[in-house]
Amino acid sequence: MNRPATLSYNSRLPNREVRSSMGSAETAQGILQAHPSSGDDLIFSITGPLDSKTTGLAWRTAVRALEQANPRRLIVDAAQLTYCDGAGAALLLELSRRQRSRRGTYEIRSLDPAYQALLDLYGRSDGQSPEPAAAAASSVEQIGRATVMLWHDLMVLIIFVGELSAALGRAIQHPRLVRWKDALVTAELAGVNALPIVALLGFLLGLIMAFQSAIPMRQFGADIYVANLIGLSMLRELGPLLTAIILAGRSGSAFAAELGTMKVGEELDALTTMGLEPVGFLVVPRVIAAVAMTPLLAVFAGFLGLIGGAVVMLSLGFPLVTYVIQVKAAVTIGDMVGGLGKSFVFGIVVAAIGCLRGLQTRSGASAVGESTTSAVVSGLVLITLVDGIFAVVFYYLGI
Amino acid sequence: MNMFGETPIIEVRHFTAAYDGVVLLDDLSFTVYQSEVFAILGGSGSGKSTLLKHMIGLYRPVHGSILIEGRDIVTAEGLQRLEILTRIGVMYQQGALFGSMNLLENVRLPLEEYTDLPDDAIDRVALMKLQLVGLGSAANKLPDEISGGMRKRAAIARAMALDPRILFLDEPSAGLDPITSADLDQLIVSLARNLKITFVVVTHELPSIEAIADRVIMVDKRTKTIIAEGKPQDLRDHSENPWVRQFFNREASVQG
Repeated sequence: MNRPATLSYNSRLPNREVRSSMGSAETAQGILQAHPSSGDDLIFSITGPLDSKTTGLAWRTAVRALEQANPRRLIVDAAQLTYCDGAGAALLLELSRRQRSRRGTYEIRSLDPAYQALLDLYGRSDGQSPEPAAAAASSVEQIGRATVMLWHDLMVLIIFVGELSAALGRAIQHPRLVRWKDALVTAELAGVNALPIVALLGFLLGLIMAFQSAIPMRQFGADIYVANLIGLSMLRELGPLLTAIILAGRSGSAFAAELGTMKVGEELDALTTMGLEPVGFLVVPRVIAAVAMTPLLAVFAGFLGLIGGAVVMLSLGFPLVTYVIQVKAAVTIGDMVGGLGKSFVFGIVVAAIGCLRGLQTRSGASAVGESTTSAVVSGLVLITLVDGIFAVVFYYLGI
Repeated sequence: MNMFGETPIIEVRHFTAAYDGVVLLDDLSFTVYQSEVFAILGGSGSGKSTLLKHMIGLYRPVHGSILIEGRDIVTAEGLQRLEILTRIGVMYQQGALFGSMNLLENVRLPLEEYTDLPDDAIDRVALMKLQLVGLGSAANKLPDEISGGMRKRAAIARAMALDPRILFLDEPSAGLDPITSADLDQLIVSLARNLKITFVVVTHELPSIEAIADRVIMVDKRTKTIIAEGKPQDLRDHSENPWVRQFFNREASVQG
C-alpha cells in the first residue's frame, strides 16, 4: 500500500484554472461553424472532435446562432466530426430538442454510424426528467416545524433523563454491572488530560480578575478585599463554571462524536441486538467518569485561581499570610461545598447531553459534526440554566 | 489471441506493492486490452482492492510501472497526472457519493471543474448520464434517500461524467440483491459494448464474473502473485491450479 506520510503524492496537481482550461487550445479553433443559407435554413458544420473539452465553445456558438437565426430547418453537417463523446451527444440532442420545441425540423448529415449509435443510446435511455425537490417551506411553516421540533426535543430529553436515571439506579444497585474499565478510560481522558488546561485557565482567571479589581479598589483603600472577591467567586461560582465549560468543549463534544460515529456505523444497533442497552452500556460509564472528575477539576480551578490572586496581592505588597487569612475569613465551608455540588451537577448535565446528542445522530457525513456542535451548544445552555437555578436555590437556603 | 484487436490500454509491469515493509503483491505483470471487461479476482485479503487502488494512483507501488494509455501513473506529476485522471473513472465500493449534494450535483461536479461548458449544458450532460443508468427521475434526490443499488448506479454515472476510457469498479455487486446485481451487470456490459469503455472490475461474485468478464486474473494471498489468467469459463473447466477450480466451483476449502 505504501501510503505516503504526507499528501504530496497527490497534492502537486494543477489548480482549477489549469484544470478547466485543459485542452482549450483545441477549443480556440472553433469546432462548430454556423452558416446561414438561403431561405429559413441554418447549417452547422462541425470540424474535429466534439468532446468535453471542445463542446463548451461549440455549445455557446450553436445556441447563439440558433436564437438569432430562428431557422425553420436546422442542418448539422457532421462529415468532418472526428470524435463525439457524451458532451457532444448532449449538444446534438439539445439542438434536436430545441428545434422540436420551436416546431422546426432538424437533420444531421453524414454522421458516423458509431456516433449515431451513441445518440440513440443516450436518446432512448430512460428519458425521465427529475422529480422536483421539495419546495422550500414558508416562514410560518418553518416556525411551526421549529416549534414542533423543539417540543419533540424536550420530550426526548425527558425520556432520556428517565432512562439514564433508571440505568444509574441499576448501576448503584448492581455496581458490578457497570463497565468500570470504560469509566476509568473516560475519567483519564475527560479528567486527568483536562487538568493542564483547567489549571492554566483557572490561574489566569484568578490573576486577571484580581489585577483588574485591584486597580479601582485601591482608590478606596479596599485592595485587601480583592482576596474576598477572588476566594468567593473562584470557589463558589467561576471555578465550577470554568470547569464545566471546558468539560463541555473537550468531553461533551468527544462523547457526541464517539457515540455518533458508533450510531452511523450501526454499532449501537449491534449492541441493542445483543440485548445491551446503549444507555447502560455506553452512557452510564461516561456520566460516572464525568461526575467523578468534574468536582476534582473544579477544586483545582479554584485553587489555581486563588494562587493567581495571590500573585497579584504579593505584587501589591501584601504578605502571603495576610491574603490567606483574609480568604479563610471570607469563604465558608458552605461556599466550598456549594461550588462542589454545582460542579457535580454540571458534570452530569454535560456528559449526559453529550451522550444524548451522540445517540440522536442521524446518517450522513455531516451528521456527526452536527451532533458535536449541538452537544457543545446544548451543554453551554444547560450549564447556564442550571447555574441560574442554583443561584436562586442558594439564595433561599441562605448559603 | 485476443478478440479486441489487441490494443493494450493498461499495462502493469513488474508491479510490487508493500505496506510497512510487508510485501502484499509480488512482481505482477498483466495487460488490459481496449473495450474489454477485465476482472481481478481473489479471495478476501488477497490484495485485489490494493491492486485497484494502485492502478488508480491512490497508492504508490514500491516497484514497477502502471501504464494507462501508455503513460505511467506512478511517475506522472502535475498536468500529466491530471490528463490520466480525467481518462479514468472510479466507482468505490460504497459509491462514495458526496452526501451533501444531490445526484445531479454529484455528476455535475467533475464537469464544472474540468470543462468550460455553459451551466445549462452541464445540467443536460449530467442528467443524460443519470438517465443512461436509469436514474433520471431521482436526479434531485440525496444519496441518503436512495437504495444501495441506485447509489452504485449513480456512482457509475458520476464516474462517467467526463467520458473516461476506463472505468474501475470496486466490488460492484457487493451488498446487492441478485436482481439488482444482475441489472448492474447488464448496465456494465451495455456500457462496455455501446460506449467502448474498458472496465476493470474487482469482485469475487461468481455469477457476476461469468456474466460480464471477458478476461480475468486471479491473485492469491499465499503466493502474492497472479495464479491464473484467461477467460472465466476456461479457468473453471480447465485450470490446472486446484485452488482456482475450487474458487470457480464454489467448493469449501476443507473437503468432507
